Amino acid sequence: MEPKKTPLWEAHRRLGAKLVDFAGWHMPVSYPAGTIKEHKTVRTAVGLFDVSHMGEAYLRGPRAREVVAKLTTNAVESAPAGKAVYTLLCRPSGGVVDDCIFYKRADDDFMVIFNASNVAKDVEWFREHASTTCDVVDISDETALIAVQGPKAVGIVDALADGTVADMPSFTFKDAQIAGVRCIVARTGYTGEDGFELACDNGNAPKLWDALVEAVTPHGGLPIGLGARDSLRLEAKLPLYGNDIDDDHTPLEAGLGWAVKLDKGDFLGSEALRAQKAQGVTRQLVGFTIDESQRAIARHGYAIIDRTAADLGIGTVTSGGPGIFVGGAIGLGYVPSAYAKAGTQLTIDCRGRDATATVVSGKFYKRPQ
Amino acid sequence: MSTFPPDLRYTHDHEWLRPQGQNWRVGITQFAVDQLGDITLVDLAREGDQVTKGQRFGTVESVKSVSDLYAPVSGRVIAINAALKDSPEDVNSDPYGKGWMIEVAPNDKQELDELMSAEAYAAHVAAQ
Repeated sequence: MEPKKTPLWEAHRRLGAKLVDFAGWHMPVSYPAGTIKEHKTVRTAVGLFDVSHMGEAYLRGPRAREVVAKLTTNAVESAPAGKAVYTLLCRPSGGVVDDCIFYKRADDDFMVIFNASNVAKDVEWFREHASTTCDVVDISDETALIAVQGPKAVGIVDALADGTVADMPSFTFKDAQIAGVRCIVARTGYTGEDGFELACDNGNAPKLWDALVEAVTPHGGLPIGLGARDSLRLEAKLPLYGNDIDDDHTPLEAGLGWAVKLDKGDFLGSEALRAQKAQGVTRQLVGFTIDESQRAIARHGYAIIDRTAADLGIGTVTSGGPGIFVGGAIGLGYVPSAYAKAGTQLTIDCRGRDATATVVSGKFYKRPQ
Repeated sequence: MSTFPPDLRYTHDHEWLRPQGQNWRVGITQFAVDQLGDITLVDLAREGDQVTKGQRFGTVESVKSVSDLYAPVSGRVIAINAALKDSPEDVNSDPYGKGWMIEVAPNDKQELDELMSAEAYAAHVAAQ
């Protein structure tokens, strides 16, 4: 099947992007600056991301709140209007269908943005559980999404919004005009930096993108490809669905217990998650740094081993790569809880060679306050 | 169609080779570099190691992936580019110069004739 093109595909071509197939879309993996420069630019200035491949839908109707309460692990339904809430969608087993952000407009009107690779599955999941209780409106194919991220992002977007967005708290959203384009503006992101994600109609996306490119360029800003998007989120220890979270691991194992409100009432997966919480998790997603002397980089799928254990393989690396801003090589992986404490030494089988690594707690990168 | 330095020889795996006196210098091509993106780590065989044509003599790690380096000829490694340890980005910026990887004393000089010319390699790349 031909990969789909976002409304900014022509713009990416003009900017000299290297385009690759990703989740059924032809997307920029990097621009001529390259992933390393792009990554550092987001940490020190500002970057623009076309993430129009992501899915968007509305759950609407008098009983939408009830459906959202059942679908989500976090307290999405009870959030005040104007709040954006990160949540997991769980199966009854506690395994994760997807992670996503819900935007509560009103008790009868929720928007949700979800992973590109899961659009068909998630829409199906929403429809199955909404049944006739509320409407599910999939607007993925009509909606563009542009992220503006980095220490200079807020000032730049605010200037294009006549000063109406700088005072928005983190994880809130509102409707606003950005460079004359009607957008849903959310103070959210996937990089560990401050900034916004702007949703607009496909038809307006090129106008918005061009205005943003023009606005960020004098500030040293750049368009950023999916390569740096992945390395930025890894430094900020933000999970990637399909790598770090999936059907076979629960949010409690993934360290996302903060987004699971077991006291909010019953929801899909609540029974399994309550039981797991009571018993304690037997494996956990941990962050690690490869010891500097090893000159190795752990990648998705590499085995985490213990040469002293009867059963050699103790876990698996779920994400890994160079820490472009923080230095060294960093990664995430599942290990038995006995190995999850910060400071624990791990051994990773890097293509037949043992590399030692150390468990670290918290994010690899935390932005200066 | 991309062009490649005419004085080098090339492999299907996107390594180049340059005769320098008795020895042959080895690196990876601009095409390989473009495919890999920013290179963050280069791990090479050691001086004195024997390498075998078609076998791995090292790896390059880019931001996104890891790739094996295959020896274009068999022989003994007589030098490695130690500077790549601290500046792997030289491979991106100057793949045929500062980004060279190893120098090999070949076992059999005939093996050079089995490698591709720049023109043949350009056709190989264009077909990919």
